[in-house]
Amino acid sequence: MTVSIHPLKKYTRSHITRTTTCPGCGIGIVSQAILRAIDELEFNMDDFVFVSGIGCSAWIPSPLYNTDTLHTTHGRPIAFATGVKLGLPNKNVMVISGDGDLAAIGGNHLIHAARRNINLTVILLNNGIYGMTGGQTAPTTPRGLTTITSPYGTMEHNFDITPMVVTAGASYAARWTTYHPRQMTRSIKKAIQKKGFALIEAMSQCPVQYGRVSKLGKAVDMLKDFKVNSVKINKARNMEPEALLGKIVIGEFVDIEKAELSEECMNLRRKMMEAM
Amino acid sequence: MSRNKKVLTGTHFEMGNWACAEGAIAAGCNFVAGYPITPASEVANRLAARLPRVNGTFLQTEDEIGAICSAIGASWVGCKAMTVTSGPGISLMQENIGFAVATETPLVIIDVQRFGPSTGVPSVGLAADMVQVARGSHGDYQIIALSPESPQEMFDLTIRAFSLAEAYRVPVFLMADGFIGHMREQIVIPEEDRTKIKQRKIAEQSVSVLDRRDFLDVKVAPMPVFGLGLKAHVTSSCHDEHGMRNLSDPAVMHTYVMNPIKKIVNHRDDIVQVEDDCIDAEVALVSYGTVSRSARAAAGLARKNGLKVGTFRMLTCWPFPDKEIRQLAENVEYMLVLENNTGQMYPYIKAEAAHACRVSFLGPQTLGQIHDPEYILSHLNRR
Ligand SMILES: Cc1ncc(C[n+]2csc(CCOP(=O)(O)OP(=O)(O)O)c2C)c(N)n1
Ligand code: SF4
Ligand SMILES: [Mg+2]
Repeated sequence: MTVSIHPLKKYTRSHITRTTTCPGCGIGIVSQAILRAIDELEFNMDDFVFVSGIGCSAWIPSPLYNTDTLHTTHGRPIAFATGVKLGLPNKNVMVISGDGDLAAIGGNHLIHAARRNINLTVILLNNGIYGMTGGQTAPTTPRGLTTITSPYGTMEHNFDITPMVVTAGASYAARWTTYHPRQMTRSIKKAIQKKGFALIEAMSQCPVQYGRVSKLGKAVDMLKDFKVNSVKINKARNMEPEALLGKIVIGEFVDIEKAELSEECMNLRRKMMEAM
Repeated sequence: MSRNKKVLTGTHFEMGNWACAEGAIAAGCNFVAGYPITPASEVANRLAARLPRVNGTFLQTEDEIGAICSAIGASWVGCKAMTVTSGPGISLMQENIGFAVATETPLVIIDVQRFGPSTGVPSVGLAADMVQVARGSHGDYQIIALSPESPQEMFDLTIRAFSLAEAYRVPVFLMADGFIGHMREQIVIPEEDRTKIKQRKIAEQSVSVLDRRDFLDVKVAPMPVFGLGLKAHVTSSCHDEHGMRNLSDPAVMHTYVMNPIKKIVNHRDDIVQVEDDCIDAEVALVSYGTVSRSARAAAGLARKNGLKVGTFRMLTCWPFPDKEIRQLAENVEYMLVLENNTGQMYPYIKAEAAHACRVSFLGPQTLGQIHDPEYILSHLNRR
């Protein structure tokens, strides 16, 4: 019998043999996209530090990824990662967490990290719901959807995260769905190489919680929904707002060069030390 | 040039907050994150100017939660990290103080305390946070808290705070207040080689974290600092000695809580410092921080009046000096506890002393005003 080993197994801790995700969850697709990006860039895992918050999505690097991983409190991974990056400017620091973690409780850190343009790669898994705590409304839940904590339908409007982070000052921001793993991998590669704040908003299916409340059904149905409802950003730019209701705009929203914080800090230190 | 000198050896006449900033730099601090707040701002203001000149980084964050989290992140990559705030900021930091405890992160937290509750009075000092720094985050744990009584001690104890944080992988608080933070006094800064501090031990390379003990050693585990290829696994969720999450084994849960506590309590003799001049005294004035200055003056007045009064000062408030208080109680008739609050440390002191002597509490004549020595004396005469 021949033993086949997953090509990405080399990036994971050998004693971790199981993950915590439900069958059909989009987390596996996003995790593969991240590891494939690292693989294609021929990086070593030791070139990375991974920081995550609390939620299903935050379990992607911890305990699986075989490098330094910091599993933090709910909403705070970007704040922790800021200290990691400023202290270790030569490592790639990647934050992986959910929409509730990064855009609700941690929303302030998200916009300020983008404003500072600190060189972090942030993978935000947007499943439109609080998965881990059992299907409560998130700031990303589409208006009108009935959830555990909006039993009469949400009355609030939802965040459009990627454009918000672009406005806050990010150097790179892209949104893809789990129906687009190749495009997502390509964008993650760019985000890692980008000197500046880079966001990947990964629309990801949560069949267990979101699938249930939205009646979208199982993972495959949700992926089909992503396929049908995604609109490329170039096309979306020429569409009326009404035509975009319920659509997911995908693609690269920004890709620019500008001064980055950890390098600015290094330059300041060098300048001050030389002035001795 | 002196502006770039690391340790400003010499005699200065400066504010306590200035001394604290210089103490941090003398201790080798190279990462500070903070959010402006009275009466602590001058510490961060000075460090913003000083740190880049000594190869360090200052970050003004979006809030105090961001400040403590980024400082913890910096500590994990090997920086000597610190944050500085006052009561409202400590309240915001509480969840992540627990994170630092649970992940055994060396961290110095400067708390220049102010009048509370809530927004209170920013510029008036009060020993307002004595319990919240030790008990304010959820769960059972031990931290270290030091109480300076002068600008000089804001320098000296800031250095000690870094030494203890590094030695025990624990958050260490410097419990100053608005009075000494803003008070100007003579500060003597020694030669650089006399301010050497303890350094954390760093874990050795291994194939897997399963081959190392990175956490939960009561003798303090070497820290698997990031960036060295150690593949550290750090989580504040219940974990075993390798740092791997374990939410099902009761024995692991027990160790996860108990060993970080034992790590501090077992070393309490190295950590606890008190100043006791109660030999022959019948009455002990027990205090810490700014109030100790009044206590000393009151004891002097009392002695002139023929009363046998001594002072007992807690330089370390946490871990609580239980043994020292017990010994004191056995040697005096009466213990008067002086605090600039409504009695935050008093229940802890009374619990250790009441079996052996009479104990009572005296707050200041008006809250937020340091005890007038005459007022303390009149209380002793009336007793
Ligand atoms: C301070 C705090 N509040 C609440 C929680 C409970 N909590 C855990 S995960 C979570 C929501 C996670 O949602 P999201 O970030 O979208 O992640 P998902 O599970 O959907 O991937 C919440 C509210 C917590 N751990 N800490
Ligand atoms: S609850 Fe939803 S997000 Fe969480 S693992 Fe299950 S399917 Fe995925
Ligand atoms: Mg979610």
